[in-house]
Amino acid sequence: MPKLRVPKIPDSVVPAPLRKPAKPGQGGNGKGQAPQDLKTSPPERETHVQRLGNQAKEAPVDILAWVDQRTGASGFLTGMLYRKVPKGTNWFYTLGSATLFAFIVQAVTGVFLAMFYTPSATQAYASISHINNDVPLGQFVHGMHKWGASVMVILVFVHMGRTFFFGAYKYPRELNWVIGVVLLILTMTMAFTGYLLPFDQRSYWASIVGININGTGPVVGPYLSDFLRAGPELGATTLARFYAIHMLLVPGAIIALIGAHLYLVMKLGTTAPPWMKMDKPKVAASVAQLDAGVEGNGNGRVNGAGRSNGVHVDGDSAT
Amino acid sequence: MKPEDKQDYLEEYEVFKKKGKPFFPYAVLKDSTMALIVVAVIIAMSLILGAEQGPKADPTSTTYVPRPEWYFFFLFEVLRVIKPPELVPIATVGIPTICMVLLLMLPFYDRGPERRPERRPIALIAGILTILAMGYLTYAGAVAGSPTQIDLKVAPQYEAGKEVVAGSGCLACHKIGENGNNGPGPELTHIASRIPRAAILRSVEIGPGIMPSFRELPPKKLNELADFLSSLN
Ligand code: HEC
Ligand code: HEM
Repeated sequence: MPKLRVPKIPDSVVPAPLRKPAKPGQGGNGKGQAPQDLKTSPPERETHVQRLGNQAKEAPVDILAWVDQRTGASGFLTGMLYRKVPKGTNWFYTLGSATLFAFIVQAVTGVFLAMFYTPSATQAYASISHINNDVPLGQFVHGMHKWGASVMVILVFVHMGRTFFFGAYKYPRELNWVIGVVLLILTMTMAFTGYLLPFDQRSYWASIVGININGTGPVVGPYLSDFLRAGPELGATTLARFYAIHMLLVPGAIIALIGAHLYLVMKLGTTAPPWMKMDKPKVAASVAQLDAGVEGNGNGRVNGAGRSNGVHVDGDSAT
Repeated sequence: MKPEDKQDYLEEYEVFKKKGKPFFPYAVLKDSTMALIVVAVIIAMSLILGAEQGPKADPTSTTYVPRPEWYFFFLFEVLRVIKPPELVPIATVGIPTICMVLLLMLPFYDRGPERRPERRPIALIAGILTILAMGYLTYAGAVAGSPTQIDLKVAPQYEAGKEVVAGSGCLACHKIGENGNNGPGPELTHIASRIPRAAILRSVEIGPGIMPSFRELPPKKLNELADFLSSLN
């Protein structure tokens, strides 16, 4: 993949609370701080009209500042946006957000499909025909949802493969891997329950076989298949049940778990590619450099603790 | 991982992070490029492949392809490999459950500090074998058709039943003569020498194991079907 050159984004287009905070000691040059005129008190004898005028001028900034004062969101957002991603971060690291994006596509197209779909054994098929043939762009949105499912399944697996081969499931990201596996299972549950909804021959008979497969499981199997089928035969109640699982239960769980997954990604940071480890001596050198304050303006200490022997060279532990 | 290893890792990571670039705009730009590609692919697939409907679901007529979506092919194929009924629970639930537990617990049994794949031979080989196995099973599932024809010479009174069997998707799971898939169901070429007509009929109506029940078929078709199958010995 080509290397991207990123142009510097001028400060003037970034809303004030989201600007990169100034480095300590660099002084307030307006960056990352509320505009100066917000802080100075208004001139004393101001006419009513002037005051309204001034307020109007400040309004757009004020809304952001107002929200920020009450939520502290800007600290969170600047922290998120300007947190550093480790050296060597490459295109493989886009797979998670690509999965997230595929999920968003599914959610948006799914909402539109839900506006026209009827989860009843007698009407489901006709409502899909209606979407395909009468609703403007209906077949297009339906197609996006249908093929988006395949794309999302592929991306989940490839993202999992990436984190597996990069050893990203190891300390301290074990919990994120566990959440990921649950997301994988939930994604496959979405794929399974969604397949019945068009209620055509393919989906009908394949779902019967799928439910029967669940039924062969030891102990819980028969209960699980009875629960899914919601009756002796696959029919109206089954469809309603699959619909509720596909529309409410699982998406809710997925959204919550993606939230937890991303929270951990932000908190722990993403891994550096494992091969970055190879130049250990260089790492040691750069630690020394950082400690000497060459790169970091004096505040670039590793963990701020001023250790110079934090990283072992060639496996020897220094002191 | 020993406590020192953990400490080492955290310190080393801190350095990589210090030398890294801010998430915005560098990573954001890559992520958005990828997001655009994902949407473009989905849109292209929707435009090119469409979203055709099959015939309406109908319990009384089974001209269907009892196939899962392609991403479940690998599960279905496991059933072709492991066929004896007493082992079926192992294939349907046992193996997937074991695989999921192994996957879920991975960080707890693979605790070494090494992260480079080429220095983790077991993980590397297990990963590659898993990919190959799933790829192969998916491929096998994709090429296993659902034939709707039975090339068997039968007496004229069994022709009707032969058509019912051929047109009801039985061949997706059963082999009859040279036709159909050898699994997950048992071969039916000599079914009559194994079980009597009544038992065949019962199987078709109940749908043992993962087989769907066909009791909604019109009685005439069920009779023709049973006549045909009970002639196979
Ligand atoms: C989804 C796959 C599938 C489909 C489709 C299917 N079967 Fe089966 N069938 C099976 C399986 C699996 C078994 C064995 C189940 C068990 O014993 O646990 C079986 C068992 C049978 C048996 C009993 C065989 C014996 O040796 O006891 C008969 C008869 C039979 N099927 C006939 C049919 C007919 C006729 C059709 C089409 C109308 C059909 N099957 C469609 C999977 C299928
Ligand atoms: C709905 C599905 C999922 C979404 C939306 C998602 C999203 C993300 C995102 C955005 C990241 C940030 C880094 C990156 O993109 O690589 C990430 C990291 C991670 N994900 Fe996922 N993920 C999903 C499923 C999974 C699955 C199935 C697994 C594994 C079983 C997994 C394990 C991990 C791990 C271990 C990390 C940390 C990677 C690192 O630090 O390098 N995720 N995920």
